Amino acid sequence: MKPPVRLSELPKGAPAVVDRVHDAHAADPIAQRLRDLGFVDGEPVRVVAVGPLGADPLLIQIGSTRFALRRSEAQRVTVRQEAA
Amino acid sequence: MSASTLRIALVGNPNCGKTALFNQLTGGRQKVANYAGVTVERKEGRFTAPSGRVLQILDLPGTYSFDAASPDEQITRDVLEGNYPGEAAPDLIICVADATNLRLHLRFVLEVKRLGRPVVLALNMMDTARRRGIVIDVPELQRRLGVPVVETVAVKRGGAQALIERVDGEMPTAAPVQPDDADSRTDLHAQVRELLTATVTMPRATAEIDDALDRWALHPVFGLAILAAVMFLVFQAVYAAGKPMSDLIGGGFGWLGEHVAALMPAGPLQSLVANGLFGGLGTVLGFLPEILVLFLFILTLEESGYLPRAAFLLDRLMLSVGLTGRSFIPLLSSFACAIPGIMGTRSIQDPRDRLATILIAPLMTCSARLPVYALLIGAFIPIRYVFGVFNLQGIVLFSLYLVGILGAMAVGWVMKRVRRDKSEHALLMELPSYRMPKLRDVAIGLYERGAIFLKRLTGVILGLTVLMWFISTFPSPPAGATGPAINYSFAGYIGRGLQYIFAPIGFNWQISLALIPAFAARETAVAALATVYLVGGEAAGGLGHALAGQISLASALSLLVWFAYAPQCMSTLAVIRRETNSWRNVAISFGYMFGMAYAASFIVYQVTRMLT
Repeated sequence: MKPPVRLSELPKGAPAVVDRVHDAHAADPIAQRLRDLGFVDGEPVRVVAVGPLGADPLLIQIGSTRFALRRSEAQRVTVRQEAA
Repeated sequence: MSASTLRIALVGNPNCGKTALFNQLTGGRQKVANYAGVTVERKEGRFTAPSGRVLQILDLPGTYSFDAASPDEQITRDVLEGNYPGEAAPDLIICVADATNLRLHLRFVLEVKRLGRPVVLALNMMDTARRRGIVIDVPELQRRLGVPVVETVAVKRGGAQALIERVDGEMPTAAPVQPDDADSRTDLHAQVRELLTATVTMPRATAEIDDALDRWALHPVFGLAILAAVMFLVFQAVYAAGKPMSDLIGGGFGWLGEHVAALMPAGPLQSLVANGLFGGLGTVLGFLPEILVLFLFILTLEESGYLPRAAFLLDRLMLSVGLTGRSFIPLLSSFACAIPGIMGTRSIQDPRDRLATILIAPLMTCSARLPVYALLIGAFIPIRYVFGVFNLQGIVLFSLYLVGILGAMAVGWVMKRVRRDKSEHALLMELPSYRMPKLRDVAIGLYERGAIFLKRLTGVILGLTVLMWFISTFPSPPAGATGPAINYSFAGYIGRGLQYIFAPIGFNWQISLALIPAFAARETAVAALATVYLVGGEAAGGLGHALAGQISLASALSLLVWFAYAPQCMSTLAVIRRETNSWRNVAISFGYMFGMAYAASFIVYQVTRMLT
């Protein structure tokens, strides 16, 4: 098992599972929303596509849902990559 | 409880097919309004159940979580909890969940259940779920959830039959109220996982067709090419289909006005009917085709799931000027007319992003500016070729469009810096499955948009048009007057007063006067200039010739730039008032555009004078 990395640094297509969501500041509403949307420990997650400019935003597949997250939002999530 | 009315609230995640289900249940019998003080739509409908009972259904805004992130979600929560002023708590909650996306949607179902009110779960899009080989053990899900579960297919006739029967039957018992705190929220995810393991088998997390389409639609090169083609089509359609119909309506009412006036004795009343009333109606109804064409595309793109993809591709670009990817389509349509554009910002959920888009939209060069541009460019810019191929007149016209866009970018950038709320606003946007848009849902959406526009704006715009007619007509010219009547009217006085303000940017009193009727509709500036300058009938060579003889190149360029930025059209201001529910935003729009237009025209006028 590799150490957790940020979701924003996960290579496109690489399978991973969510480690946790970090608050960027106290009572971070964006972090809370990410948790509500299913970014919780153990959830499988994958970067499906990236935006055409500066590879931003990221298209994240979590469960059966696709979310567009800006890099600053994806930075709040750490993920574990399965040992390759 | 046979004849009593049952109040039902319809809730669910965004993209669960809730609105389609609402349309299926209520047909066209819907009432659309706004919740007091906010611009969140309140949709209510009713139908009579087989038992004869009247069911009153409230379609609440799509919600991911009760930890509200937007005014929409706050309202959903308040209404369901019975805390929304003037809104009675529902007797029954229908919670809609997309059967193909239960991992996300079941969590909200659990949140709703904890409110301790009677709940029925509608498993929607069961047809798609079956097609994708998703198997749901409904009796087991019902047992574990402890709420009645029915299958629905909102987009198919009769697809809500089971739901109607269940709702019309015995009232389900409510679950006990449970507290809502951080620990129990994490708990919800664990419960969802448990439920899914026990009741749902999915051969594949996503639909293969979505993955295939997204490989093209979101591709850095092809995706942008597809987007450009779609945008081109939308813009062309608004221009090519909407504009001629708008002109036809405007012209039709002009013709009607003349003919009605012919039946009346000459006098102020006749003029009021012909110019004020019919002219005003022509202006208002003339916007309708453009609005409908644009919304036909916006609704189709939204229903099909493409709109969020477009927003995904453009988000970074728009973010750099303080907007969001979702701002793009409203802004693009503002090139045809800012009014449908501003109404189109309803697809932007975040209130701050929406307001920023609304404030910028009037800077896009709308089609009503073209007659003014064409007249002034034709009169003052020589037909000369630059580098042998580029027509100088064309270059000036292109520059004016560019001036608008650059101005908008600058305003967006400045707004980003001066606003008090500098907090990060998330994109966090779901890209739903692609879906075939349903004619009924698009038609109902179109009807609602058209009705909203006519109901809320006809009065205002008509009133202002009549006011403009009044100040341009009264008082009548004295006996023996030689100049055009408008010179002796209130508008004439105001124009002469305004020239002191406008002298530094090179406008004489005639131009200042023409700006007054232009406030009703920009394109009337040409007619007004014609009236003021063409003393005693047609001048030789037409209006362009007359203008070239009377105003300098510096003034003409200044006027062009003025029209690029000025808060010229009162219909736009009226829409801003309606869509933001605030006079403050109207004042801000008017103020910043006036200041910007004045400054830009001042620079252009003074610089051109120095050079020529």
